[in-house]
Amino acid sequence: MSDYALFLGCVIPNRYPGIEAAMRKMAPSLGITLYEMDGASCCPAPGVTRSFDSQTWLTLAARNICIAEALGKNVLTMCNGCYASLKEANAILKNDSAKREAVNKVLSEVGKRFRGDIEVKHIVEVLYNEVGLEKIKSLAKRRLNLKAAVHYGCHILKPSELREWKSHERPTFLDELITALGMESVSYQDKMMCCGAGGGVRSGVPEVGLDMTREKLRNIIRTGVDVIVNCCPLCHLQFDRGQVEIEQNMGEKFRVPILHYIQLLGISAGLTLDEVGAKAHNISLETLASRI
Amino acid sequence: MSNSNLLRGGVIKSEDLQAEFVEEIVKAGGEKIRLCFQCGTCTGSCPSGRRTAFKTRQLIAKSLLGLRDEVLNDKNLWTCTSCYTCTERCPRGIDVTNLIFIIRNIAVRSGLILDRHKVALGYLIKTGHLVPITENYMKLRGELGLEEVPPTTHKHSEALHEFQELISKLQFDRLTAGQGDEK
Repeated sequence: MSDYALFLGCVIPNRYPGIEAAMRKMAPSLGITLYEMDGASCCPAPGVTRSFDSQTWLTLAARNICIAEALGKNVLTMCNGCYASLKEANAILKNDSAKREAVNKVLSEVGKRFRGDIEVKHIVEVLYNEVGLEKIKSLAKRRLNLKAAVHYGCHILKPSELREWKSHERPTFLDELITALGMESVSYQDKMMCCGAGGGVRSGVPEVGLDMTREKLRNIIRTGVDVIVNCCPLCHLQFDRGQVEIEQNMGEKFRVPILHYIQLLGISAGLTLDEVGAKAHNISLETLASRI
Repeated sequence: MSNSNLLRGGVIKSEDLQAEFVEEIVKAGGEKIRLCFQCGTCTGSCPSGRRTAFKTRQLIAKSLLGLRDEVLNDKNLWTCTSCYTCTERCPRGIDVTNLIFIIRNIAVRSGLILDRHKVALGYLIKTGHLVPITENYMKLRGELGLEEVPPTTHKHSEALHEFQELISKLQFDRLTAGQGDEK
């Protein structure tokens, strides 16, 4: 069994709680025990917060890491953005003593101190490197007759300096996790392109972000897929709610269902669409019902 | 003074340049900016640059020249999604994305923050979350067998107070005060 401190973030618990439900339901069969990070906040978001004030970003990320340190557990996140913030902040604070001292000086005023004795992991990293493809295959009880377009999302891969994937330009781990479930993962034009939501673009200049999302959706829809599979709730939101916004603001209709990988794994292992939070989705998952 | 429009057919005069701008960037950790040899790999790799006037190479060139006002006032600065493609591909090993963060930090300290971003920061400061919970999602959480209020700063008010105390010590709340640059 592996123990992890579960970092929820914002978009998962507050917009797509089915991702959290799928994670909690799947944890026992994955050999994972989850511990609550009581009182954790936003990671805080690497684009929005770090763009405004790097020192605040680093200090608030350190506060979250301190909660996991007090539990003595490594952090587990299901979000690329939370992964980016917490992983990079953890590395900066471990390696740069001047920055660590500055942060700890502020944290000491609320009785906290960054020690630097845990790691930050993404669920996909844990599934691929620790749980392993064989175990994933054994959990896939249902045959999913689905063709998927994978969207990795930028921050699971980059900056590559802090990550251990073989390639950030042509990665395969998420595709391999899909094929382990008996599904097909297609290749498509500009597969590694950003969804358009990050860096404060969704909140600040949404029309630019949606233009990017539309380009990705156009490239994806040409391949005739049934579903877009991601591993980041902000990309998930950008594709799911974004399709409604694109339809309303740009008059272009796509209607491709979106699933986070942990939801897909849950469905494959026997959870219903409702159990993985279908109700929260803007693009209905109903089209998938007849295929599983 | 504002030196926007300088590059549109105008002449850049030495008194328009604020050479200390690059020092400001270097001091904040962007020392590698001086390694840029203007190859344009960053611009060529940028998904925002393909659809907006945001040109990463130009941003760096203007910063090195000292066109501080022009760089900070350009709203295209906010179209970078932090995808890190430029950082990964830069042949000089410049952490371009981090340079953009540094330049944005300077813009924000100069009072240049989008009103939409102020709204988002307002949620963060008030709740501990950029995307806070609503009644509908609490109900859905309950239906999924989850605690209706997630065990974050939403559930633990003492944790929210601690979070807000840090924000106030860092004077982060000041960034959202006053007028933004959007009308």
